[in-house]
Amino acid sequence: MEDRETIIGLEIHCQLNTKSKMFCGCSTDFRDNEPNTHTCPVCLGLPGSMPMVNKRAIEFALKVGKALNCTIREESEFSRKNYFYPDLNKAYQITQYDKPLAEWGKLLIDGDNGEKEVKITRIHLEEDPGRSVHMGTTDRGKYTLVDYNRAGIPLIEIVTEPDLRSPKEARKFLNKLRATLEYLNVFDSEKEGSLRVDANISIKGSERVEVKNISSYKGVEKALTFEVTRQRNLLRRGQPIARETRHFVETRGITTSSRSKEEENDYRYFPEPDLLPLRVSSWVESIELPELPDARRERFIRQYGVSAEHAKTLTGGLKLAEFYESVAPADPALAATWTADYLLGELNYRDFTIDAMPEDLFRELIKLIKSNAITDKSAVEILRIILDEVKEGKGPEHPQAIVDRLGLAKSSEDLVMKMVEEVVAEQPAAVADYYAGKMQALNFLVGQVMKKCRGRADPGHLNTLLKELLDKKV
Amino acid sequence: MAKILSFTPDDSVHAFLTTIPEVTYGEGPLSGVTVAVKDNISTKGIETTCASKILKGYIPPYDAHVVALLKDAGAAIVGKTNMDEFGMGTTTENSAFGPTLNPLDKNRVPGGSSGGSAAAVASGLCDVAIGSDTGGSIRCPAAFCGIVGLKPTYGRVSRYGLIAYANSLEQIGPMARDVKTLSRLYSVIAGHDPRDATTVNKPYSHEPSANIEGLKIGIVEEFFGEGVNPRVAEVVKEALATLESLGAVVKSYTMPSMKYALSAYYVTCTSEASSNLARFDGVRYGPGLDSAKSWHDAYSEQRKEGFGKEVRRRIILGTFSLAAGYYGRYYQKAQTARQMVRDDFERIFRDVDVIAGPTMPDIAFRLGEKSDPLQMYLADILTVPANLAGVPAISVPCGKIDSMPVGLQIIGKYFDDEKIIDTAFAFEQEGV
Amino acid sequence: MVTAEDVRKVAKLADVGIDDSEIAEFTRQCSGVLEYFEILDTLDQNQQLYRERYNILREDEVTPSLSQEESLQNAGQTEKGFFKAPRVM
Ligand SMILES: [Zn+2]
Repeated sequence: MEDRETIIGLEIHCQLNTKSKMFCGCSTDFRDNEPNTHTCPVCLGLPGSMPMVNKRAIEFALKVGKALNCTIREESEFSRKNYFYPDLNKAYQITQYDKPLAEWGKLLIDGDNGEKEVKITRIHLEEDPGRSVHMGTTDRGKYTLVDYNRAGIPLIEIVTEPDLRSPKEARKFLNKLRATLEYLNVFDSEKEGSLRVDANISIKGSERVEVKNISSYKGVEKALTFEVTRQRNLLRRGQPIARETRHFVETRGITTSSRSKEEENDYRYFPEPDLLPLRVSSWVESIELPELPDARRERFIRQYGVSAEHAKTLTGGLKLAEFYESVAPADPALAATWTADYLLGELNYRDFTIDAMPEDLFRELIKLIKSNAITDKSAVEILRIILDEVKEGKGPEHPQAIVDRLGLAKSSEDLVMKMVEEVVAEQPAAVADYYAGKMQALNFLVGQVMKKCRGRADPGHLNTLLKELLDKKV
Repeated sequence: MAKILSFTPDDSVHAFLTTIPEVTYGEGPLSGVTVAVKDNISTKGIETTCASKILKGYIPPYDAHVVALLKDAGAAIVGKTNMDEFGMGTTTENSAFGPTLNPLDKNRVPGGSSGGSAAAVASGLCDVAIGSDTGGSIRCPAAFCGIVGLKPTYGRVSRYGLIAYANSLEQIGPMARDVKTLSRLYSVIAGHDPRDATTVNKPYSHEPSANIEGLKIGIVEEFFGEGVNPRVAEVVKEALATLESLGAVVKSYTMPSMKYALSAYYVTCTSEASSNLARFDGVRYGPGLDSAKSWHDAYSEQRKEGFGKEVRRRIILGTFSLAAGYYGRYYQKAQTARQMVRDDFERIFRDVDVIAGPTMPDIAFRLGEKSDPLQMYLADILTVPANLAGVPAISVPCGKIDSMPVGLQIIGKYFDDEKIIDTAFAFEQEGV
Repeated sequence: MVTAEDVRKVAKLADVGIDDSEIAEFTRQCSGVLEYFEILDTLDQNQQLYRERYNILREDEVTPSLSQEESLQNAGQTEKGFFKAPRVM
């Protein structure tokens, strides 16, 4: 039972960052706006209004299709998906059904067992529904509030083959996909709800369960891990797995059963009569793709001499890669280490994106480290201070100002030498041990000096100084 | 300079659902021409109901493209006309607000679904009217009321603002007492609209010509076959003889796809309608929902109360046609049949300039005469082929039976609306 | 042809609300019409409707939206700028 394979396929909805909506001229820049202010007869579904396809949405979807090595259909078309829900403005969603824009693609990922090709079944275009807010507490007092600002935002749905074998692999796929979409500049990963995932998951030989409503890509691994455990537990107890749709409850990290498949709607798809077919396969040749994550990773290794591991990390997001390139000139190796190994950890801890770190301050910090003016320990402290100040909404201090304020500059050589001499005088027993050949004694003495200078000296350097002094005395 | 016209008609036939007592209008080719607009065409600030309870009180915040064009041309929009609810009918009896009567015989229907528009024009309450034609809804009432009505080539007039019943079939078109006036009105409403993807840039600026010397007219045998009142057939044949006397040449054809046409039409229009009419959920417009109920209960109830029986029947039929297990048998095959109708027209139009025949199989029915839905649907058999193919068709009065008018239908090639207008004009000039 | 059960199911799918008292009438009428439609199923090919025009698109340009007041003007019930609808859960 335990060794039965986990099979995962994903459906990813991604909002395209066009200026206007998919089928009308309303602005897509609706976040932080009053409800129902980015609405018109078309996206309110008023009687008599008609859709008109946004050309840029097609171009963006084609870009994604090309980047994911898809075949673009000679002729594709829009269909209506009929279902009734208050936030669905026309009581049907305009989407693509049997003639999607792009098919048969692939994306290379760093899988559980090395590099892996994940097949893309299809990419199609559709419109986002509006947003429902569920109100009221008592059963009869409940009602729904609807805002159609989001209705009609262009989406692409990317469907994968069931090629993923673990929740971790699913996360890695999504990270790679997200980076690719960012590099293509068709999507804004920082906008809430701009990437939403549904997952199909099964244990080989058992029924498939669809998990919907995973609204953050970070939630995917959590939701899938829960689901794998739930399904394996059922099997272990000899219970069947129901073919059903489940919802991910992000706050509780669990999935709950919604209605079962047989109750699900018959969507009665048919071609949208108000729109004409698309024949855009020839457009693909003229689309120039930007440098994508894999190419950038190779270039980082070549151009900056960074390790393969660092290169992968640093190219994992467009803004991160751009950040690195802006701070690299000071010292590519040092900048790579400090970005990938220290800065990212501190950012994640605070739930920050790379935008939180001002490039000029980080560049200054790298220079201080490079010139040996501060210890690594102090550098980390400065990093934390800057990010905490950002968090509090204060304008962050310059690293040099922090060094001056807290006296973090490495102690001067004279001062250090004085402390070394003091320690040698204060610790005759340890000195005797050193002469007796006990090398741990030297470490003890280094520790004592560090204590005296409150860590502001380089332990390696102290080691040398102590050795020179003691060996001279012999 | 805006001018004002007062409009207080003696509407004894119930042609209007809404009238505008004080109409402002401007300069332009239709300055001061009184126009009635079918109530399924959106008019900013004027209630637009599609003759349905579900849209009672709905005030569109925008004008349909044709309404904007009419206003720009100086037309005086005097009111909104009665119709079969959402365009679903052939008699205007299916209006939630009561039927319109035929001005020529108040015991008879005016035809439908643009019955209000036809009755308003025929009774002289206004100069011209705008209707919409999904399967004959302009031509049928034109024939029954003795006026001229044109269903333009699909794509020649913008549908933006026309409350959709069956998008792939319907067109907005002009209705008038004579061909020349109809032509003037048509020249204002035809043309490309960037908001309707199905429109083409083919404006209309034609002056009707009565010279039809050498015109080749096709006669389709099926248009005179079973179900067509022989007296109607006879009147139409006389009209064809008149056209021959004017220099036209007549030739006979068969159209095997006619066998499938009515089914293809009803499957397509009910399928599209079942989807189009789902949006009337009472959230964004229409009477508010009872929020003590759950969504699906409130939604079902709203639609049961708000839609008439024929509308619900067509929604159910359309849902059947699209549902899993039926789609392949109905919707998909209807598209096959539709293509066959197009192919038949294309074949005949390789030989001839226009096709002519009766508009309706009979004269105007008596009120309440047809109660069985299928019997009612059969009355559309001669008008639906033009909608299935998207070609233009006009109905022009060509005689009378028992003092009720008969319509001559002239069908043209794609975007050759000019030719059928000329043919109708030539016939009209000859007088009846 | 179609049974009362079929009609009930489709009416539910269509969400048009149907009374028990109406079922018999709707079943009889729908049966008659659907039977008439059966002629379509004698066609064997499934030809797609040919559409000669394609790629009718608009540029990605922002045009003015309605105001919130205009958007909500026809709504039965509103609250704080939202449309109000029954509970869906
Ligand atoms: Zn809009």
